[in-house]
Amino acid sequence: MEFDFAEEQPKFLMLMYGLIAFVAVVGGLLLLLDVVPAWFARRHEAKLVAASASGAPLPRRPKQREGLFALFFLLPTLLLLAVGLVVPAIRTTLLSFMDGSSSHWVGLRNYGWMFSEDSIVRVLINTLIWVLLVPLVATTFGLVYAVLVDRARFEAVAKSLIFLPMAISFVGASIIWKFVYAYRGEGDQIGLLNQIVVSLGGEPKQWLLESPLNTFLLIVIMVWIQAGFAMVVLSAAIKAIPADIVEAARLDGVTPWQMFWRITLPSIRPALIVVVVTLSIATLKVFDIVRTATNGNYDTSVIANEMYNQAFRYQQNGQGSALAVFLFVLVVPIVIYQIRNLRQQREG
Amino acid sequence: MTTATPTVPAGTQATGKTTSARRVRKRLNSPVATLVSIVIAVLWTIPTFGLLISSIRPENEIKTTGWWTFFSHPQFTLENYQQVLFSGSSSGQLASYFINSLAITIPSVLFPLAFASLAAYALAWIDFKGRDWLYIAIFALQIVPLQMALVPLLKFFSTGVTVAGVTVLPAWDLVDEQKFAQVWFAHTCFALPFAVFLLHNFISQLPRDLMEAARVDGATHPKIFRTIVLPLITPALAAFGIFQFLWVWNDLLVALIFAGGGNETAPLTVRLAEMAGTRGNEWQRLTAGAFVSIVVPLIVFLSLQRYFVRGLLAGSVKG
Amino acid sequence: MAFARTRQALAIAGVLGLALGATACGTGNDKKSDKASSPECAAYEKYQGHDGKKVTIYSSIRDIEADRLEQSWKQFEDCTGITIDHEGSGEFEAQLGVRVDGGNAPDLAFIPQPGLLKRFVDSGKIKTVGADTKALAEQNFTADWLKYSTVDGKLYGVPLGSNVKSYVWYSPKTFKEKGWTVPTTWDELIALSDKIAASGTKPWCAGIESGDATGWPATDWIEDVMLRTAGPEVYDQWTTHGIPFNDPKVADAVNKAGTILKNEKYVNGGFGGVKSIATTSFQEAGTPITTGKCAMHRQASFYANQWPKGTKVAEDGDVFAFYFPAIDPAKGKPVLGAGEFVAAFADRPEVQAVQTYLASGEYVNSRAKIGDWLSANKKLDINNVPNPVDKLSVQILQDPKTVFRFDGSDLMPAAVGAGTFWKGMVDWINGKDTATVLNGIESSWPK
Repeated sequence: MEFDFAEEQPKFLMLMYGLIAFVAVVGGLLLLLDVVPAWFARRHEAKLVAASASGAPLPRRPKQREGLFALFFLLPTLLLLAVGLVVPAIRTTLLSFMDGSSSHWVGLRNYGWMFSEDSIVRVLINTLIWVLLVPLVATTFGLVYAVLVDRARFEAVAKSLIFLPMAISFVGASIIWKFVYAYRGEGDQIGLLNQIVVSLGGEPKQWLLESPLNTFLLIVIMVWIQAGFAMVVLSAAIKAIPADIVEAARLDGVTPWQMFWRITLPSIRPALIVVVVTLSIATLKVFDIVRTATNGNYDTSVIANEMYNQAFRYQQNGQGSALAVFLFVLVVPIVIYQIRNLRQQREG
Repeated sequence: MTTATPTVPAGTQATGKTTSARRVRKRLNSPVATLVSIVIAVLWTIPTFGLLISSIRPENEIKTTGWWTFFSHPQFTLENYQQVLFSGSSSGQLASYFINSLAITIPSVLFPLAFASLAAYALAWIDFKGRDWLYIAIFALQIVPLQMALVPLLKFFSTGVTVAGVTVLPAWDLVDEQKFAQVWFAHTCFALPFAVFLLHNFISQLPRDLMEAARVDGATHPKIFRTIVLPLITPALAAFGIFQFLWVWNDLLVALIFAGGGNETAPLTVRLAEMAGTRGNEWQRLTAGAFVSIVVPLIVFLSLQRYFVRGLLAGSVKG
Repeated sequence: MAFARTRQALAIAGVLGLALGATACGTGNDKKSDKASSPECAAYEKYQGHDGKKVTIYSSIRDIEADRLEQSWKQFEDCTGITIDHEGSGEFEAQLGVRVDGGNAPDLAFIPQPGLLKRFVDSGKIKTVGADTKALAEQNFTADWLKYSTVDGKLYGVPLGSNVKSYVWYSPKTFKEKGWTVPTTWDELIALSDKIAASGTKPWCAGIESGDATGWPATDWIEDVMLRTAGPEVYDQWTTHGIPFNDPKVADAVNKAGTILKNEKYVNGGFGGVKSIATTSFQEAGTPITTGKCAMHRQASFYANQWPKGTKVAEDGDVFAFYFPAIDPAKGKPVLGAGEFVAAFADRPEVQAVQTYLASGEYVNSRAKIGDWLSANKKLDINNVPNPVDKLSVQILQDPKTVFRFDGSDLMPAAVGAGTFWKGMVDWINGKDTATVLNGIESSWPK
């Protein structure tokens, strides 16, 4: 029973190695980038001195060094991304044109399957519902709450409470909500929702069994988690609106409603974009909630869950990969939007 | 933002204005808003609160009556926590898994933080061909489901990289606690796209004049990065740090594959999932276990919350 | 603040660790060689010669069961010097594939699904068993059992634990009080159900919620009934897709099971109506029997572990199980069961030694003595099986009249057996009609 520190010792050692590696890699990289160019700069300077002495035209600062710098700054990230995400993404795309055991090419069969199988079409529709609703509801709630809390006392406490679910894992959150939705056919209800229904004189229900209501009940879990994120970011943005603008508007006698639409909303647009983009991508990849709460039964499955099932549980690598590729496609609108934003930013 | 005070971190700049801002806000304070926001906050917390109450109720009570009856018939026990924390299974003590979680999480937060800020700086302030496309590509990689990356990455660790019969990188062949390195590596890969996105968002909005002034003074990119950018983006780093901490601490899938399930390397989540899994109907263990796993992220979040708010605030100050 | 303290604690822990580590080293290895020659190690002589080697095992067995497993080969480890590193995971089926495909396969895996085993054989990952192991396996198991791990005439795995699924749990105490008798035919079973239903108690309780495996208890129901209505030959055709999944014979079996499972008069004692079956966890599904709210619960022998603490499992105790009666006595005494197979992903000598040992009579008796476990291994001595239900199971398995069939969903391709069949049953319980469900499963069978 007693705790043996000796057994834990190698772990701390390993952690220490990790930290040493961290310092070595990051520090080394910065040092390298600092020392080497300095050396070149000194040579450059020497050349300058020599050139001015001999009256020759001044050599220009070499331009391609910028690109070299960028390469070194980006090197660790690019290497890791290539190994960890780019190769897998390419592999997944290739697998999506192969059969379940990845041994024969089957062309577009897996994509045909995806759109012809009723249960999978249902999965696609569910994912659409998720990705439309979660960012919309969570952001709206976060925004309203941020505006509200901006004018309230006990702001820090209230915000912490809303943000608290963010610190809970998706699995933990799903367990919490399974408790809320729990059903007892006989005896006392142990689920809060059914208890409320019963105390209002209604019949208890098996909430998670009723399609399509159950999908919305699962979405509630995601919103519950993510609204705090939206609220914190938007609230911060609202606070950053220069006070003089707000003051001036008030002196002009604008109503709170006008204030919101004319001042607040335009000022926090960049923050809104960050929130919506982040939430959309997180929602597309949502997996643990559905898996823990219903395991995708009762018409609640979403793409990420079905993908995992197909690829890892049913050994249908091709079909699983095709679903993953469909996820890539769904993110394209967000990417295009991001490109437009970037262009605007560069021009502005 | 003005060029007059270029070195003032965005966070403090906001506080400089707080006196007048506070005055404005004071006047805006309304009892209705206070009431409504508190009511919502309380409603928001009820599910978690229910879990907390359940975790200190005896097994039989949890299964037969709702947690709210606790207030009319209070029955209190620490048995559930006793079971979760100290149940004498040979697969080890929770404390051991706790250390694993720490050993996994700390480097898994630091590495992506450093790499992503370097990359974000380069993408925002170093002028080279195709940087926008590179940024968009990295951004788009956020969508690759990490489930699909598990097999290729595992292959990378277990067989190395061979190009046309030549071994470019040998297999890692790690045992026991050395496997932490694999987990750090995997978490770093998966975290980078979001980290670059968030930090780029922030770094690219630092005042242009500030950067150009530094360049004119002859500062090199590493110098600008270290002396100007890093201090300015500390809040953003803290923000991403919290995100990454929460994500790694709560992760199950990556740990299952790359750390294995023994008490040499597996984190808390693996152990808790195991306990909940074998005893699906033991709500009492599940509730206590869930609460144990929530505690650390909660402490971290509450203690770093300040930075977090500031970090994201600064990132979205300007359009 | 909190962080500073944590860091301090870490530093102290590190220093302490270094000090303790120095003393802890060096004491571990000395004992083995003495032990190896001691008399209790005589039985392990044939496995010796691999001192200091390590064998990794991956399985779905966790928690207390895993502790028992590790205890069961403790002496083997001490005597041979082989270290067995066991890891159990609730995600076993999915994770095994990832690990094998990722080039990180365990040495041995306990695979409960012959269908999954075949997948790894097809991709060339599983090694055929060694000559010693094969000889021992053929000696200790019936051909029936070995055929599940045989592909193209080669043996790829050895059966380990087994269970019997054709059981109905009941309370002998309640039955005695109420004057009910244990039914031995299907008609008696239905008559008893009606009688109990008329007395105001719902006779049956069931639950198929089981996390990401939700639905499996219902597939067991169907398989058990199918084996009884259609007979073992048709059952074999069904599991190998010799007849389509929506064949009328399958529909008959499903509907027959439906006369109990979808009968509001019969289910779901202690939990509510038919639909509550879908959300009741399989672990708690039978517990209303102990409170008298339900009379019968069809579930496998391993359900013996699920009763609340203090429940006496015995023929004269609080709960016990009777054999799920045959529907057509002319078709023999069909028994549905399952088990796991030890498959090797490596053929190092020490791995083969462990695989051989796990097939031996010494091992199964060593494991059985610890409790709650049984095997179809012929060397298993019934006196070493403490649990009365397990005793009954061993009798059934060793009975020559028994027509044994493996759990069909484990034989089917995973896309059906661990996928649409489970999900289909959930939908079926939740109100979908038999034909729609069976057509859906049929269309999902991998081509």
